[in-house]
Amino acid sequence: MLEIGLGHYLTVAAILFTLGVFGIFLNRKNVIVILMSLELILLSVNINFVAFSHFSGDLTGQVFSLLILTVAAAEAAIGLAILVIYFRNRGSIDVDDISVMKG
Amino acid sequence: MTHLDLIAFAPELLMAAAILVFILFGAFTGDKAARPVAIAAVVAMLIAAFLVANQGTDDGNFFNNLVAINDFTGAAKILILLVSAASLFLALPHIARDINKRFEFPLLYLFATLGMMILVSAQDLMTLYLGLELMSLSLYVLAALRRELVRASEAGLKYFVLGALSSGMILYGSSIIYGYSGATNFDLIAGALTASDGNNIGLLVGLVFVIAGLAFKVSAVPFHMWTPDVYQGAPAAVTAFFAGAPKLAAMMVFVRVLVGPFGDLTAQWQQVIALISMASMILGAFAALNQRNIKRLMAYSSIANMGYALIGLAAGTPEGVQGLMAYMTIYAVMTLGTFAVIMLMRREDRPLENIEDLAGLINQKPRMAAAMIIMMFSLSGIPPLAGFFGKLMVFMAAINEGSSLMIALAVVGALTSVVAAFYYLRIIKLMVFDPQPDELDHKDAREWSITAGVAAALLIVLTLGFQHLHAWFVGASAVLFTG
Repeated sequence: MLEIGLGHYLTVAAILFTLGVFGIFLNRKNVIVILMSLELILLSVNINFVAFSHFSGDLTGQVFSLLILTVAAAEAAIGLAILVIYFRNRGSIDVDDISVMKG
Repeated sequence: MTHLDLIAFAPELLMAAAILVFILFGAFTGDKAARPVAIAAVVAMLIAAFLVANQGTDDGNFFNNLVAINDFTGAAKILILLVSAASLFLALPHIARDINKRFEFPLLYLFATLGMMILVSAQDLMTLYLGLELMSLSLYVLAALRRELVRASEAGLKYFVLGALSSGMILYGSSIIYGYSGATNFDLIAGALTASDGNNIGLLVGLVFVIAGLAFKVSAVPFHMWTPDVYQGAPAAVTAFFAGAPKLAAMMVFVRVLVGPFGDLTAQWQQVIALISMASMILGAFAALNQRNIKRLMAYSSIANMGYALIGLAAGTPEGVQGLMAYMTIYAVMTLGTFAVIMLMRREDRPLENIEDLAGLINQKPRMAAAMIIMMFSLSGIPPLAGFFGKLMVFMAAINEGSSLMIALAVVGALTSVVAAFYYLRIIKLMVFDPQPDELDHKDAREWSITAGVAAALLIVLTLGFQHLHAWFVGASAVLFTG
Protein backbone atom coordinates (compact mmCIF):
# COMPACT_ATOMS: atom_id res chain seq x y z
CA MET A 1 0.00 0.00 0.00
CA LEU A 2 1.15 3.51 -0.75
CA GLU A 3 2.72 5.25 2.21
CA ILE A 4 1.82 8.93 2.29
CA GLY A 5 5.03 10.80 3.00
CA LEU A 6 6.33 14.35 3.20
CA GLY A 7 6.64 14.57 -0.57
CA HIS A 8 2.93 14.04 -1.08
CA TYR A 9 1.99 16.79 1.33
CA LEU A 10 4.45 19.18 -0.28
CA THR A 11 3.06 18.35 -3.72
CA VAL A 12 -0.51 19.08 -2.62
CA ALA A 13 0.64 22.35 -1.05
CA ALA A 14 2.58 23.33 -4.18
CA ILE A 15 -0.46 22.61 -6.36
CA LEU A 16 -2.70 24.67 -4.08
CA PHE A 17 -0.21 27.53 -4.06
CA THR A 18 0.03 27.51 -7.85
CA LEU A 19 -3.76 27.40 -8.16
CA GLY A 20 -3.98 30.37 -5.82
CA VAL A 21 -1.47 32.44 -7.78
CA PHE A 22 -3.08 31.59 -11.11
CA GLY A 23 -6.49 32.27 -9.62
CA ILE A 24 -5.37 35.83 -8.92
CA PHE A 25 -3.77 36.55 -12.27
CA LEU A 26 -5.92 34.62 -14.73
CA ASN A 27 -9.26 35.30 -13.10
CA ARG A 28 -11.30 37.81 -15.10
CA LYS A 29 -14.60 37.34 -13.30
CA ASN A 30 -14.89 38.82 -9.87
CA VAL A 31 -12.96 39.86 -6.84
CA ILE A 32 -14.48 37.29 -4.48
CA VAL A 33 -12.62 34.62 -6.46
CA ILE A 34 -9.41 36.56 -5.82
CA LEU A 35 -10.08 36.55 -2.08
CA MET A 36 -10.66 32.79 -2.25
CA SER A 37 -7.38 32.40 -4.12
CA LEU A 38 -5.58 34.31 -1.37
CA GLU A 39 -7.02 31.92 1.19
CA LEU A 40 -5.82 28.99 -0.93
CA ILE A 41 -2.28 30.39 -0.84
CA LEU A 42 -2.35 30.74 2.94
CA LEU A 43 -3.78 27.22 3.34
CA SER A 44 -1.08 25.74 1.14
CA VAL A 45 1.50 27.40 3.38
CA ASN A 46 -0.20 25.89 6.43
CA ILE A 47 -0.06 22.41 4.92
CA ASN A 48 3.64 22.95 4.25
CA PHE A 49 4.32 24.06 7.80
CA VAL A 50 2.36 21.29 9.47
CA ALA A 51 3.85 18.62 7.21
CA PHE A 52 7.40 19.81 7.81
CA SER A 53 6.68 20.13 11.51
CA HIS A 54 5.28 16.59 11.75
CA PHE A 55 8.05 14.92 9.79
CA SER A 56 10.87 16.72 11.58
CA GLY A 57 9.34 16.33 15.06
CA ASP A 58 9.64 20.07 15.74
CA LEU A 59 6.65 22.06 16.98
CA THR A 60 7.67 25.49 15.67
CA GLY A 61 5.93 24.94 12.35
CA GLN A 62 2.59 24.20 13.97
CA VAL A 63 2.84 27.33 16.10
CA PHE A 64 3.57 29.29 12.95
CA SER A 65 0.53 27.82 11.19
CA LEU A 66 -1.70 28.85 14.10
CA LEU A 67 -0.40 32.40 13.78
CA ILE A 68 -1.08 32.30 10.04
CA LEU A 69 -4.67 31.16 10.63
CA THR A 70 -5.24 34.07 12.99
CA VAL A 71 -3.76 36.68 10.70
CA ALA A 72 -5.58 35.18 7.70
CA ALA A 73 -8.87 35.81 9.47
CA ALA A 74 -7.95 39.46 10.09
CA GLU A 75 -6.78 39.79 6.50
CA ALA A 76 -10.02 38.34 5.11
CA ALA A 77 -12.03 40.74 7.28
CA ILE A 78 -10.13 43.76 5.98
CA GLY A 79 -10.26 42.49 2.41
CA LEU A 80 -14.01 42.03 2.52
CA ALA A 81 -14.47 45.43 4.15
CA ILE A 82 -12.53 47.10 1.35
CA LEU A 83 -14.51 45.08 -1.18
CA VAL A 84 -17.79 46.28 0.34
CA ILE A 85 -16.85 49.96 0.10
CA TYR A 86 -15.64 49.36 -3.45
CA PHE A 87 -18.98 47.77 -4.35
CA ARG A 88 -20.86 50.70 -2.83
CA ASN A 89 -18.95 53.10 -5.05
CA ARG A 90 -18.96 51.17 -8.29
CA GLY A 91 -21.93 48.82 -8.00
CA SER A 92 -19.84 46.01 -9.45
CA ILE A 93 -17.03 43.73 -8.39
CA ASP A 94 -15.90 42.64 -11.85
CA VAL A 95 -12.14 42.48 -12.13
CA ASP A 96 -12.28 44.20 -15.53
CA ASP A 97 -13.99 47.22 -13.98
CA ILE A 98 -11.15 47.94 -11.56
CA SER A 99 -9.46 50.33 -13.93
CA VAL A 100 -10.37 53.92 -13.10
CA MET A 101 -6.66 54.63 -12.79
CA LYS A 102 -4.30 53.64 -15.59
CA GLY A 103 -0.95 54.52 -17.06
CA MET B 1 9.84 36.29 29.59
CA THR B 2 11.93 38.33 31.99
CA HIS B 3 11.79 41.96 32.90
CA LEU B 4 14.86 42.46 30.69
CA ASP B 5 12.73 41.55 27.69
CA LEU B 6 10.23 44.21 28.60
CA ILE B 7 12.90 46.87 29.12
CA ALA B 8 14.46 46.09 25.76
CA PHE B 9 11.06 46.34 24.15
CA ALA B 10 10.12 49.60 25.93
CA PRO B 11 9.68 51.74 22.77
CA GLU B 12 7.32 49.19 21.21
CA LEU B 13 5.43 48.82 24.47
CA LEU B 14 5.08 52.58 24.68
CA MET B 15 3.62 52.66 21.19
CA ALA B 16 1.22 49.81 21.97
CA ALA B 17 0.11 51.47 25.20
CA ALA B 18 -0.37 54.78 23.39
CA ILE B 19 -2.56 53.05 20.80
CA LEU B 20 -4.78 51.47 23.46
CA VAL B 21 -5.18 54.72 25.38
CA PHE B 22 -5.95 56.69 22.19
CA ILE B 23 -8.51 54.13 21.05
CA LEU B 24 -10.39 54.45 24.34
CA PHE B 25 -10.06 58.23 24.31
CA GLY B 26 -11.35 58.37 20.75
CA ALA B 27 -14.19 55.96 21.44
CA PHE B 28 -15.44 58.08 24.32
CA THR B 29 -14.83 61.50 22.79
CA GLY B 30 -16.00 60.80 19.25
CA ASP B 31 -14.59 62.29 16.10
CA LYS B 32 -13.66 65.63 17.60
CA ALA B 33 -10.80 63.63 19.14
CA ALA B 34 -9.14 63.32 15.73
CA ARG B 35 -6.83 66.29 15.97
CA PRO B 36 -5.76 65.92 19.63
CA VAL B 37 -5.12 62.21 19.06
CA ALA B 38 -3.04 62.99 15.96
CA ILE B 39 -0.92 65.49 17.85
CA ALA B 40 -0.50 63.07 20.74
CA ALA B 41 0.44 60.34 18.28
CA VAL B 42 3.21 62.51 16.82
CA VAL B 43 4.48 63.13 20.35
CA ALA B 44 4.29 59.40 21.18
CA MET B 45 6.39 58.57 18.11
CA LEU B 46 8.98 61.17 19.04
CA ILE B 47 9.16 59.85 22.62
CA ALA B 48 9.55 56.31 21.29
CA ALA B 49 12.38 57.51 19.03
CA PHE B 50 14.01 59.12 22.05
CA LEU B 51 13.68 55.86 24.01
CA VAL B 52 15.25 53.89 21.16
CA ALA B 53 18.13 56.37 20.97
CA ASN B 54 18.79 56.02 24.69
CA GLN B 55 18.47 52.28 24.94
CA GLY B 56 22.09 51.92 26.01
CA THR B 57 23.93 48.64 25.99
CA ASP B 58 21.20 46.05 26.33
CA ASP B 59 21.89 44.59 22.88
CA GLY B 60 21.08 41.00 22.10
CA ASN B 61 18.14 38.72 21.48
CA PHE B 62 14.99 38.83 23.56
CA PHE B 63 11.71 36.96 23.99
CA ASN B 64 13.29 33.55 23.36
CA ASN B 65 15.29 34.83 20.41
CA LEU B 66 12.23 36.14 18.61
CA VAL B 67 13.42 39.74 18.68
CA ALA B 68 16.84 41.31 18.22
CA ILE B 69 17.90 44.68 19.57
CA ASN B 70 21.18 46.09 18.28
CA ASP B 71 22.69 49.20 16.72
CA PHE B 72 21.23 48.41 13.32
CA THR B 73 17.66 47.88 14.52
CA GLY B 74 18.06 50.94 16.72
CA ALA B 75 19.09 53.15 13.81
CA ALA B 76 16.33 51.71 11.64
CA LYS B 77 13.70 52.33 14.30
CA ILE B 78 14.82 55.91 14.91
CA LEU B 79 14.59 56.64 11.19
CA ILE B 80 11.19 54.96 10.88
CA LEU B 81 9.76 56.79 13.89
CA LEU B 82 11.03 60.17 12.75
CA VAL B 83 9.73 59.70 9.21
CA SER B 84 6.35 58.43 10.47
CA ALA B 85 6.06 61.32 12.90
CA ALA B 86 6.90 63.79 10.14
CA SER B 87 4.32 62.29 7.78
CA LEU B 88 1.62 62.36 10.44
CA PHE B 89 2.55 65.98 11.21
CA LEU B 90 2.24 66.66 7.49
CA ALA B 91 -1.22 65.07 7.51
CA LEU B 92 -2.57 67.19 10.40
CA PRO B 93 -4.34 69.76 8.18
CA HIS B 94 -5.84 66.91 6.15
CA ILE B 95 -7.64 65.60 9.18
CA ALA B 96 -9.79 68.71 9.18
CA ARG B 97 -10.26 68.79 5.40
CA ASP B 98 -10.22 65.54 3.47
CA ILE B 99 -10.28 62.71 5.95
CA ASN B 100 -13.56 63.85 7.54
CA LYS B 101 -12.12 64.02 11.01
CA ARG B 102 -11.97 60.31 11.72
CA PHE B 103 -9.94 59.61 14.83
CA GLU B 104 -8.93 56.20 13.44
CA PHE B 105 -6.65 57.97 10.99
CA PRO B 106 -3.77 58.75 13.40
CA LEU B 107 -4.30 55.39 15.12
CA LEU B 108 -3.68 53.56 11.85
CA TYR B 109 -0.40 55.48 11.50
CA LEU B 110 0.56 54.29 14.98
CA PHE B 111 -0.40 50.68 14.24
CA ALA B 112 1.58 50.70 11.01
CA THR B 113 4.60 52.26 12.71
CA LEU B 114 4.47 49.70 15.52
CA GLY B 115 4.38 46.98 12.87
CA MET B 116 7.44 48.46 11.19
CA MET B 117 9.34 48.55 14.49
CA ILE B 118 8.57 44.89 15.11
CA LEU B 119 9.45 44.11 11.51
CA VAL B 120 12.95 45.55 11.65
CA SER B 121 13.57 43.92 15.04
CA ALA B 122 12.55 40.47 13.83
CA GLN B 123 15.01 37.71 14.62
CA ASP B 124 12.62 34.97 13.58
CA LEU B 125 10.44 34.40 10.53
CA MET B 126 7.36 34.43 12.77
CA THR B 127 8.14 37.89 14.16
CA LEU B 128 8.90 39.06 10.65
CA TYR B 129 5.52 37.85 9.41
CA LEU B 130 3.55 39.34 12.29
CA GLY B 131 5.31 42.71 12.03
CA LEU B 132 4.82 42.75 8.29
CA GLU B 133 1.10 42.01 8.58
CA LEU B 134 0.55 44.58 11.33
CA MET B 135 2.14 47.14 9.02
CA SER B 136 0.41 46.01 5.83
CA LEU B 137 -3.10 45.57 7.21
CA SER B 138 -3.01 49.12 8.60
CA LEU B 139 -1.75 50.43 5.28
CA TYR B 140 -4.54 48.73 3.30
CA VAL B 141 -7.12 50.46 5.45
CA LEU B 142 -5.32 53.81 5.20
CA ALA B 143 -5.30 53.57 1.39
CA ALA B 144 -9.07 53.10 1.34
CA LEU B 145 -9.86 55.48 4.18
CA ARG B 146 -11.74 57.98 1.99
CA ARG B 147 -14.39 55.40 1.42
CA GLU B 148 -16.76 57.68 -0.48
CA LEU B 149 -14.27 58.07 -3.37
CA VAL B 150 -14.09 55.50 -6.17
CA ARG B 151 -10.40 56.09 -6.63
CA ALA B 152 -9.53 55.55 -2.98
CA SER B 153 -11.50 52.32 -2.70
CA GLU B 154 -9.97 51.07 -5.93
CA ALA B 155 -6.49 51.92 -4.62
CA GLY B 156 -7.27 50.08 -1.39
CA LEU B 157 -8.53 47.03 -3.26
CA LYS B 158 -5.48 46.84 -5.53
CA TYR B 159 -3.11 47.37 -2.65
CA PHE B 160 -4.86 44.71 -0.60
CA VAL B 161 -4.88 42.02 -3.28
CA LEU B 162 -1.26 42.48 -4.33
CA GLY B 163 -0.06 43.04 -0.77
CA ALA B 164 -1.78 39.89 0.45
CA LEU B 165 -0.27 37.98 -2.47
CA SER B 166 3.20 39.22 -1.51
CA SER B 167 2.62 38.17 2.12
CA GLY B 168 1.61 34.77 0.80
CA MET B 169 4.86 34.52 -1.14
CA ILE B 170 6.92 35.47 1.90
CA LEU B 171 5.04 32.81 3.87
CA TYR B 172 5.52 30.11 1.25
CA GLY B 173 9.22 30.96 1.19
CA SER B 174 9.30 30.85 4.99
CA SER B 175 7.71 27.42 5.02
CA ILE B 176 10.32 26.06 2.60
CA ILE B 177 13.12 27.67 4.60
CA TYR B 178 11.66 26.10 7.73
CA GLY B 179 11.47 22.71 6.05
CA TYR B 180 15.05 22.71 4.83
CA SER B 181 16.70 24.25 7.87
CA GLY B 182 14.39 22.88 10.58
CA ALA B 183 14.06 26.30 12.21
CA THR B 184 12.49 29.71 11.80
CA ASN B 185 15.07 31.51 13.92
CA PHE B 186 17.60 33.58 11.96
CA ASP B 187 20.61 32.27 13.91
CA LEU B 188 19.54 28.66 13.52
CA ILE B 189 18.89 29.15 9.79
CA ALA B 190 22.37 30.63 9.46
CA GLY B 191 23.73 27.62 11.37
CA ALA B 192 21.92 25.15 9.11
CA LEU B 193 23.23 26.98 6.07
CA THR B 194 26.80 26.87 7.32
CA ALA B 195 26.44 23.18 8.18
CA SER B 196 25.34 22.42 4.63
CA ASP B 197 28.34 24.39 3.30
CA GLY B 198 26.15 27.05 1.70
CA ASN B 199 24.98 24.40 -0.75
CA ASN B 200 21.34 24.00 0.20
CA ILE B 201 19.09 24.30 -2.83
CA GLY B 202 15.88 24.18 -0.76
CA LEU B 203 16.92 27.21 1.28
CA LEU B 204 17.76 29.03 -1.93
CA VAL B 205 14.28 28.37 -3.36
CA GLY B 206 12.69 29.59 -0.13
CA LEU B 207 14.89 32.65 -0.14
CA VAL B 208 13.83 33.56 -3.69
CA PHE B 209 10.17 33.51 -2.60
CA VAL B 210 10.99 35.73 0.38
CA ILE B 211 12.92 38.14 -1.85
CA ALA B 212 9.97 38.32 -4.27
CA GLY B 213 7.59 39.09 -1.39
CA LEU B 214 9.84 41.77 0.08
CA ALA B 215 10.39 43.29 -3.38
CA PHE B 216 6.60 43.76 -3.52
CA LYS B 217 6.74 45.74 -0.30
CA VAL B 218 9.54 48.03 -1.48
CA SER B 219 7.84 48.23 -4.91
CA ALA B 220 10.83 47.07 -6.95
CA VAL B 221 10.34 45.95 -10.56
CA PRO B 222 8.86 43.41 -11.52
CA PHE B 223 6.65 43.67 -8.43
CA HIS B 224 5.87 47.37 -8.72
CA MET B 225 2.52 47.44 -10.52
CA TRP B 226 0.47 48.46 -7.47
CA THR B 227 2.57 51.54 -6.74
CA PRO B 228 1.31 54.15 -9.25
CA ASP B 229 -2.37 53.32 -8.68
CA VAL B 230 -2.09 53.33 -4.91
CA TYR B 231 -0.09 56.56 -4.91
CA GLN B 232 -2.67 58.22 -7.15
CA GLY B 233 -5.76 56.88 -5.43
CA ALA B 234 -4.85 57.52 -1.81
CA PRO B 235 -5.04 61.07 -0.37
CA ALA B 236 -1.74 62.96 -0.72
CA ALA B 237 -1.07 62.84 3.02
CA VAL B 238 -1.39 59.07 3.05
CA THR B 239 0.72 58.74 -0.09
CA ALA B 240 3.47 60.72 1.62
CA PHE B 241 3.39 58.17 4.44
CA PHE B 242 3.40 55.19 2.02
CA ALA B 243 6.41 56.58 0.19
CA GLY B 244 8.48 57.06 3.32
CA ALA B 245 8.35 54.88 6.40
CA PRO B 246 7.07 51.52 5.02
CA LYS B 247 9.67 51.58 2.24
CA LEU B 248 12.35 52.36 4.82
CA ALA B 249 11.21 49.48 7.04
CA ALA B 250 10.92 46.97 4.19
CA MET B 251 14.36 47.93 2.93
CA MET B 252 15.90 47.52 6.40
CA VAL B 253 14.34 44.10 6.87
CA PHE B 254 15.56 43.18 3.38
CA VAL B 255 19.08 43.94 4.60
CA ARG B 256 18.62 42.08 7.86
CA VAL B 257 17.29 38.91 6.20
CA LEU B 258 19.77 38.77 3.33
CA VAL B 259 22.93 39.83 5.15
CA GLY B 260 22.02 38.08 8.41
CA PRO B 261 20.87 34.45 8.07
CA PHE B 262 21.59 34.23 4.35
CA GLY B 263 25.02 35.88 4.38
CA ASP B 264 26.59 32.62 3.16
CA LEU B 265 24.45 32.73 0.03
CA THR B 266 25.57 36.25 -0.94
CA ALA B 267 26.90 35.12 -4.32
CA GLN B 268 23.47 33.67 -5.17
CA TRP B 269 21.13 36.44 -4.01
CA GLN B 270 23.44 39.15 -5.31
CA GLN B 271 22.40 38.27 -8.88
CA VAL B 272 18.69 38.40 -8.03
CA ILE B 273 18.96 41.74 -6.25
CA ALA B 274 21.14 43.18 -9.01
CA LEU B 275 18.53 42.23 -11.60
CA ILE B 276 15.66 43.70 -9.56
CA SER B 277 17.66 46.86 -8.93
CA MET B 278 18.59 47.33 -12.59
CA ALA B 279 15.01 46.77 -13.79
CA SER B 280 13.67 49.23 -11.17
CA MET B 281 16.09 51.98 -12.17
CA ILE B 282 15.34 51.59 -15.88
CA LEU B 283 11.56 51.34 -15.56
CA GLY B 284 11.39 54.11 -12.95
CA ALA B 285 13.33 56.47 -15.19
CA PHE B 286 11.52 55.81 -18.45
CA ALA B 287 7.93 55.25 -17.28
CA ALA B 288 7.89 58.57 -15.42
CA LEU B 289 8.71 60.57 -18.55
CA ASN B 290 5.11 60.58 -19.79
CA GLN B 291 3.33 61.11 -16.51
CA ARG B 292 1.09 64.16 -16.16
CA ASN B 293 -0.11 63.30 -12.67
CA ILE B 294 2.46 64.33 -10.10
CA LYS B 295 1.55 61.55 -7.68
CA ARG B 296 2.06 58.92 -10.38
CA LEU B 297 5.30 60.63 -11.29
CA MET B 298 6.44 60.39 -7.68
CA ALA B 299 5.44 56.70 -7.71
CA TYR B 300 7.76 55.96 -10.62
CA SER B 301 10.38 58.16 -9.02
CA SER B 302 10.17 56.05 -5.87
CA ILE B 303 10.46 52.85 -7.92
CA ALA B 304 13.67 54.23 -9.46
CA ASN B 305 14.93 55.29 -6.03
CA MET B 306 14.35 51.80 -4.65
CA GLY B 307 16.49 50.56 -7.53
CA TYR B 308 19.34 52.86 -6.47
CA ALA B 309 19.05 51.83 -2.83
CA LEU B 310 19.08 48.15 -3.82
CA ILE B 311 22.48 48.68 -5.50
CA GLY B 312 23.85 49.05 -1.98
CA LEU B 313 22.24 45.79 -0.91
CA ALA B 314 23.41 43.96 -4.04
CA ALA B 315 26.99 44.93 -3.21
CA GLY B 316 26.56 42.89 -0.01
CA THR B 317 29.41 44.73 1.72
CA PRO B 318 29.33 46.90 4.86
CA GLU B 319 29.95 49.88 2.60
CA GLY B 320 26.93 48.92 0.51
CA VAL B 321 24.67 48.66 3.55
CA GLN B 322 25.87 52.06 4.76
CA GLY B 323 25.13 53.45 1.33
CA LEU B 324 21.65 51.93 1.41
CA MET B 325 20.90 53.43 4.83
CA ALA B 326 22.18 56.86 3.80
CA TYR B 327 20.26 56.68 0.52
CA MET B 328 16.99 55.70 2.21
CA THR B 329 17.35 58.44 4.83
CA ILE B 330 17.92 61.12 2.23
CA TYR B 331 15.19 59.68 0.01
CA ALA B 332 12.69 59.88 2.87
CA VAL B 333 13.56 63.54 3.50
CA MET B 334 13.23 64.42 -0.19
CA THR B 335 9.94 62.55 -0.57
CA LEU B 336 8.33 64.15 2.48
CA GLY B 337 9.41 67.60 1.34
CA THR B 338 8.09 67.02 -2.17
CA PHE B 339 4.74 65.79 -0.91
CA ALA B 340 4.47 68.83 1.35
CA VAL B 341 4.63 70.97 -1.79
CA ILE B 342 2.22 68.64 -3.64
CA MET B 343 -0.30 69.09 -0.82
CA LEU B 344 -0.37 72.85 -1.10
CA MET B 345 -1.39 72.55 -4.75
CA ARG B 346 -5.02 73.34 -4.04
CA ARG B 347 -7.57 75.51 -5.78
CA GLU B 348 -10.83 76.37 -4.03
CA ASP B 349 -9.80 73.90 -1.36
CA ARG B 350 -9.66 70.96 -3.77
CA PRO B 351 -6.39 69.11 -4.28
CA LEU B 352 -4.74 69.40 -7.70
CA GLU B 353 -2.57 66.68 -9.15
CA ASN B 354 -1.40 67.67 -12.62
CA ILE B 355 2.16 68.86 -12.92
CA GLU B 356 0.94 71.79 -15.04
CA ASP B 357 -0.73 73.17 -11.93
CA LEU B 358 2.74 73.87 -10.57
CA ALA B 359 3.41 76.32 -13.41
CA GLY B 360 4.55 79.75 -12.32
CA LEU B 361 4.63 78.73 -8.68
CA ILE B 362 7.68 80.89 -8.15
CA ASN B 363 5.64 84.08 -8.64
CA GLN B 364 2.89 83.15 -6.27
CA LYS B 365 4.75 81.23 -3.56
CA PRO B 366 8.46 81.93 -3.97
CA ARG B 367 9.52 80.18 -0.77
CA MET B 368 7.66 76.96 -1.50
CA ALA B 369 8.94 77.01 -5.07
CA ALA B 370 12.49 77.43 -3.77
CA ALA B 371 12.03 74.45 -1.46
CA MET B 372 10.64 72.39 -4.35
CA ILE B 373 13.59 73.40 -6.56
CA ILE B 374 16.01 72.17 -3.88
CA MET B 375 14.06 68.91 -3.61
CA MET B 376 14.04 68.34 -7.37
CA PHE B 377 17.74 69.10 -7.74
CA SER B 378 18.46 66.75 -4.88
CA LEU B 379 16.28 63.97 -6.35
CA SER B 380 18.09 64.26 -9.66
CA GLY B 381 21.43 64.09 -7.82
CA ILE B 382 22.95 67.49 -8.50
CA PRO B 383 26.14 67.75 -6.40
CA PRO B 384 25.92 70.22 -3.54
CA LEU B 385 22.71 68.63 -2.26
CA ALA B 386 22.34 65.51 -0.15
CA GLY B 387 20.73 63.41 -2.90
CA PHE B 388 24.06 63.40 -4.70
CA PHE B 389 25.87 61.89 -1.72
CA GLY B 390 23.33 59.11 -1.38
CA LYS B 391 23.86 58.15 -5.02
CA LEU B 392 27.63 58.55 -4.69
CA MET B 393 27.76 56.16 -1.74
CA VAL B 394 25.81 53.35 -3.40
CA PHE B 395 27.73 53.73 -6.67
CA MET B 396 31.07 53.73 -4.81
CA ALA B 397 30.02 50.61 -2.91
CA ALA B 398 29.17 48.89 -6.19
CA ILE B 399 32.46 49.86 -7.83
CA ASN B 400 34.56 48.93 -4.79
CA GLU B 401 32.89 45.53 -4.70
CA GLY B 402 34.61 45.05 -8.04
CA SER B 403 32.69 42.34 -9.88
CA SER B 404 31.68 43.20 -13.43
CA LEU B 405 27.99 42.77 -12.55
CA MET B 406 28.20 45.45 -9.87
CA ILE B 407 30.14 47.84 -12.08
CA ALA B 408 27.50 47.38 -14.79
CA LEU B 409 24.88 48.19 -12.15
CA ALA B 410 26.67 51.42 -11.22
CA VAL B 411 26.90 52.41 -14.89
CA VAL B 412 23.19 51.75 -15.45
CA GLY B 413 22.48 53.76 -12.31
CA ALA B 414 24.45 56.74 -13.56
CA LEU B 415 22.79 56.60 -16.98
CA THR B 416 19.24 56.27 -15.68
CA SER B 417 19.74 59.14 -13.26
CA VAL B 418 20.49 61.30 -16.32
CA VAL B 419 17.18 60.18 -17.85
CA ALA B 420 15.37 60.80 -14.58
CA ALA B 421 16.89 64.27 -14.33
CA PHE B 422 14.70 65.19 -17.32
CA TYR B 423 11.42 64.94 -15.45
CA TYR B 424 12.75 66.50 -12.27
CA LEU B 425 14.18 69.44 -14.19
CA ARG B 426 10.95 69.76 -16.19
CA ILE B 427 9.12 70.46 -12.94
CA ILE B 428 11.64 73.20 -12.11
CA LYS B 429 11.22 74.64 -15.60
CA LEU B 430 7.43 74.67 -15.15
CA MET B 431 7.66 76.43 -11.81
CA VAL B 432 10.17 79.05 -12.88
CA PHE B 433 9.55 79.85 -16.54
CA ASP B 434 5.96 78.95 -17.43
CA PRO B 435 3.01 81.31 -16.99
CA GLN B 436 0.60 80.50 -14.23
CA PRO B 437 -2.84 79.25 -15.36
CA ASP B 438 -4.85 80.22 -12.25
CA GLU B 439 -3.92 81.27 -8.77
CA LEU B 440 -3.66 78.55 -6.18
CA ASP B 441 -5.25 78.93 -2.78
CA HIS B 442 -3.45 81.63 -0.82
CA LYS B 443 -3.83 80.24 2.63
CA ASP B 444 -1.53 77.28 3.19
CA ALA B 445 -1.48 75.13 6.24
CA ARG B 446 1.52 75.91 8.42
CA GLU B 447 2.38 72.21 8.68
CA TRP B 448 3.05 71.97 4.95
CA SER B 449 5.30 75.02 4.78
CA ILE B 450 7.21 73.90 7.87
CA THR B 451 7.75 70.38 6.49
CA ALA B 452 8.83 71.62 3.08
CA GLY B 453 11.17 74.18 4.63
CA VAL B 454 12.70 71.72 7.10
CA ALA B 455 13.16 69.10 4.37
CA ALA B 456 14.88 71.58 2.07
CA ALA B 457 17.08 72.80 4.91
CA LEU B 458 17.90 69.21 5.90
CA LEU B 459 19.10 68.43 2.39
CA ILE B 460 21.70 71.18 2.76
CA VAL B 461 22.52 70.40 6.40
CA LEU B 462 22.94 66.69 5.61
CA THR B 463 25.49 67.63 2.97
CA LEU B 464 27.52 69.63 5.46
CA GLY B 465 27.13 67.05 8.21
CA PHE B 466 27.30 64.00 5.97
CA GLN B 467 30.29 62.57 7.82
CA HIS B 468 28.26 62.38 11.05
CA LEU B 469 25.42 60.59 9.29
CA HIS B 470 27.96 58.30 7.67
CA ALA B 471 29.68 57.56 10.98
CA TRP B 472 26.32 56.66 12.52
CA PHE B 473 25.57 54.20 9.72
CA VAL B 474 29.08 52.71 9.89
CA GLY B 475 28.45 51.87 13.53
CA ALA B 476 24.96 50.59 12.82
CA SER B 477 25.91 48.32 9.93
CA ALA B 478 28.92 46.86 11.75
CA VAL B 479 26.72 44.54 13.86
CA LEU B 480 25.35 42.87 10.73
CA PHE B 481 28.75 41.69 9.60
CA THR B 482 30.33 40.51 12.87
CA GLY B 483 28.53 37.19 13.32
